[in-house]
Amino acid sequence: MIRDPKDLSRYTASQRANHWVIGICFILLSASGLSFFHPAFFPLTQLFGGPVWARILHPYIGVIIGAALVPMFFRFWKLNILTRTDIEWLMRVREMIDGNDHDMPEQGKYNGGQKLVFWGMSACILALLASGLVMWRGYFTFPVGIVRVAVVVHAAAAIAMLLTAFVHVYAAIWTKGTIRAMWYGTVTRAWAKQHHRAWYRQATGK
Amino acid sequence: MTLQSLDIKRRSATTTPSPQARQTPEIAKLIDVSACTGCKACQSACMEWNDLRPEIGHNAGRLDNPADLSDAAWTVVRFTETERNGRLEWLIRKSGCMHCSDPGCLKSCPSPGAIVQYKNGIVDFQQENCIGCGYCVTGCPFNVPRVSPRDDKAYKCTLCSDRVAVNLAPACAKACPTGAIRFGAKEDMKAHAETRVAELKERGYSQAGLYDPPGVGGTHVMYVLHHADQPESYGGLPANPSISPLVELWKGVAKPLATLALAGVALGSLFHYVTKGPNEVSKEIEDEIEREDREAVK
Repeated sequence: MIRDPKDLSRYTASQRANHWVIGICFILLSASGLSFFHPAFFPLTQLFGGPVWARILHPYIGVIIGAALVPMFFRFWKLNILTRTDIEWLMRVREMIDGNDHDMPEQGKYNGGQKLVFWGMSACILALLASGLVMWRGYFTFPVGIVRVAVVVHAAAAIAMLLTAFVHVYAAIWTKGTIRAMWYGTVTRAWAKQHHRAWYRQATGK
Repeated sequence: MTLQSLDIKRRSATTTPSPQARQTPEIAKLIDVSACTGCKACQSACMEWNDLRPEIGHNAGRLDNPADLSDAAWTVVRFTETERNGRLEWLIRKSGCMHCSDPGCLKSCPSPGAIVQYKNGIVDFQQENCIGCGYCVTGCPFNVPRVSPRDDKAYKCTLCSDRVAVNLAPACAKACPTGAIRFGAKEDMKAHAETRVAELKERGYSQAGLYDPPGVGGTHVMYVLHHADQPESYGGLPANPSISPLVELWKGVAKPLATLALAGVALGSLFHYVTKGPNEVSKEIEDEIEREDREAVK
C-alpha cells in the first residue's frame, strides 16, 4: 500500500502498542477461559501446554490485561463521552447495519457504537478482574458464598466481553480501511470523511 | 485411575455417555452417630488404607484432630458439645464426603473425567485429570473437597472405591469397633437404619431419623441421627443441602446459551458480510479528495 503523506494520524505508536497488549491478552484469556466454561472448548487448553498450565497462566494474563486497561482508559475516556448525536446515531444503527451510511448523523473520532464498545469493554475487564481475583485460589481465599457469586459474574462478564469483541472485530473488518489504523496508525482522508466527518474537519481544518 | 470393574454413571465435563453396560447395585455407608464413641479408628484406618499422613497440627481446643478435613485427612470425627433439657449432650459425627446422587463437585468440574460417579453411587476424584481450579469446592454443598497446597489437586474420601470394586467394605467400616459404620446395598442400609431409628425412638429420642437429604438426590453416606430435626447441631451438617442456584445457573443454562450466543454473533457477522458486502469508502468521496488535491497544487 502506498502511504500518502496526507493520510491522517489516528493512533500513536504507544496507543497501538497498548491496544495490542490488550488484544493479545484477550485472545489468550478467551481461549483458556472458554475451555473451562464448556467442554466443547476444552481442547483449547493444548495451546497453553495442557489444562493445568492453562489454569496456572490464565489469572496472570488477567492481571496484565487489567494493568493495560489503566492507560487505555485514561487515554480514551474523554473521547468516548456519549453525546446527543451519538444517541441519534445509535437509534438509527439499523440503517448503518443495512449498509446505508449516507444519511447517518456526522460522527466525531468515535461513533456511538464505538463508544459503547469502549465503556462495555472497560466495565467487563473491571468485573472480570474483581471476580477473577476472588476465584484465584493460588493467592486468595474467600468464603465459598462469595466465590459462587464471583464465578457467575466472571462467566457473565466474559461472555458479554466476547460478544462485544466479536462486534468490535467484525466492524473493523467490515469497514474497509480501518484495520491499518490498528497496525500503523493512519487512515486515508476519504475514510475519515466518510465515517467520521466531524473528526475529519477537525483534523484537516476543512 | 478409574476402575474398569466399576462402570461410570456420570463423568465431569463430558457430554457423551460413559461405559455403563454393567449393572451394579447402589451401595451406601450408614453411620449411626448414636453408636459412635469417637475413638477415631475410622480416621486411622482411612490414613492406613489410603497411605495418608496429615501434618501434625495444633490443638484447636476441641477433640477434633485434625481440626478439619484436608488433602490428607479425608475423614474427621467432629465433636460438638450441646445442652438439651438442661443436660450436656456430646454429639460425635464422622464427617467426610457424602457421595451425593446429584454431585455438585462433578457438575462444577471443567476438566473431562477429573470427577466420576460410578454406577454404584461412589463419587470419585481422578487426580491425574484434576487441573486444580477449585470449582469442585464451589459446587459442594457439604464443604468437603480440599485442594492440596502441595500439588494443586483436589482430594476427598473415595468411599474406598478400590476396596468396594473387589467386594470389600471401606476401611473405616472395617475398622469401626462399635459397628457404628455399616456398609452394603443402599436399600439394605435404609432398612437397617429404620430398625435403628425405631429403637432410638423407643429409648425416648422422638426425633430420631435417617439423614439421606433429598436436595442432592440422596447420598451414599447416610447418618442415623438421634436429633434428625437438628442436623446442624452435629458439627454443622446442613439441614437441606442442595447445589447452590448460582452453581446451577453457571453450569446449567449459561453454558449452552452463551455458546449459542457466541456462535450466533460469529455466524451472523459472516452472513452479514456475505449479504450486505463490505462498508467501503465511496468512490465519490475519494474523487472529491483527489480533486481538492489537484486544485491545491494549481
